[in-house]
Amino acid sequence: MDFDIAFIWSPLELSLRVAGTATLISFVVATLAAWRLARRKGPMPALLDAVCSLPLVMPPTVLGYYLILLVGRRGVFGHWLEEVGINLIFSWQGAVVAATVVVFPLIYKSARAALEQVDKHLEDAARTLGSSEWRVFISVSLPLAWKGIFAGIMLAFARGMGEFGATLMIAGNIPGKTQTLSLAIYDAFQAGNDAQASWLVCITSAVCVALLMAAELLVKLKRRH
Amino acid sequence: MISLHLVKSFRNAVTPFSLDVRYEIGDEHKCAVLFGPSGSGKSLTMQCLAGLTRPDAGHIRIGDCTLFDSQENVSVSVQKRRIGYMFQDYALFPHLTLLQNVAYPRSGCWPWRVCGEERDKAQDMLERLGIGHLAANLPSQISGGQRQRAALARALNADPLLLLLDEPFSALDPLLRERLREELLELMENLTIPAVIISHDPDDVDAFAGGLVLYDKGRARTVADYASVRGDFATAGKCLRHLQEQGAA
Repeated sequence: MDFDIAFIWSPLELSLRVAGTATLISFVVATLAAWRLARRKGPMPALLDAVCSLPLVMPPTVLGYYLILLVGRRGVFGHWLEEVGINLIFSWQGAVVAATVVVFPLIYKSARAALEQVDKHLEDAARTLGSSEWRVFISVSLPLAWKGIFAGIMLAFARGMGEFGATLMIAGNIPGKTQTLSLAIYDAFQAGNDAQASWLVCITSAVCVALLMAAELLVKLKRRH
Repeated sequence: MISLHLVKSFRNAVTPFSLDVRYEIGDEHKCAVLFGPSGSGKSLTMQCLAGLTRPDAGHIRIGDCTLFDSQENVSVSVQKRRIGYMFQDYALFPHLTLLQNVAYPRSGCWPWRVCGEERDKAQDMLERLGIGHLAANLPSQISGGQRQRAALARALNADPLLLLLDEPFSALDPLLRERLREELLELMENLTIPAVIISHDPDDVDAFAGGLVLYDKGRARTVADYASVRGDFATAGKCLRHLQEQGAA
């Protein structure tokens, strides 16, 4: 086999870029959603909570299909997206949208649990000291819930790296453009290119192990402070 | 003068509870004690005072300032009430140093950065309460008594109109409790801010009460001047028991 670093680097770089961007977007949106919904009771918050958790139980292909209905060229927002010059179908940005939706509940769930575990007295104390709700969140709730949220972020990133179904539906499988690691592995395996597939599998495993170890190390370092 | 009328009920709770209290605490008493068994509505009263819980009906006035009035539809937000609340567990922020904790009411959105005037003010406050040397410590690194002082320093740094102390000694062993009670009494004497203290310990009533409010099952009875009723009894406990029995009759 003619050994070419590009066959590893291109999907690896794309996977990291897609998973990283998706995790970042999900982190911001999911943490804010968890903040607004934490400790809320009633039918509306319960419904919103169900919507936020939905991607966890739905098959990725179903999610991909929904997303096409929403952001595809003939989708609900398709026309509007085309006007502002954004094309999500068969582009790496489309893969980001798919991965964002798939990893969203992982961060949302951990963030909500972590925020609900923050001692309510501390938040109340901040309020009596004149803090607005936003400042209570930024200066008290978020720093104290950080460990739980961070665990969710790492899980989300790892899940984003392995995203397959929804990405395939929206972004397709275009080598060098939208072919992420897991798609490249499937492709190589289907084509009978076992050597390439096993290389990619090793790389994926190594990245995942390194990620988990880095996360553990970060948590330990934080604990020492 | 503090004028209170609070109505609040939790009908759907596991143990239904209703609070209905109405009393005034005059200016002649710098410190009032709310005394009664746990679950009698003392803490709920404080939460309503601070603005953390909204009463179903009633009013809260401190001096000329109306903080809550259900008839006139007035409800000042917790952030704007300027009521210093010292929680039972002190509620110091565990991720901030004492200096950052005390500066919290005056620092910006990023409480880790305390500089200039805010820093001097917070340091001054810590010095005033005798814990200036601990400014760089985290709450977990100091003793219970020091934590209480830090919580008080933080509440005072917000420049409150009224101080609320929720069972300041309940979590401490008896000897430490006695020492801290003396310390707090000494500190309070140097303050000009009126205070309301919750307690179920007769010794606290003896030490702090000017005005006294007896709570029982969500109802309250005021004793205008504790000193005038205390004289006839050998211990504070006997005095309070007598007052309670009188109230029940």
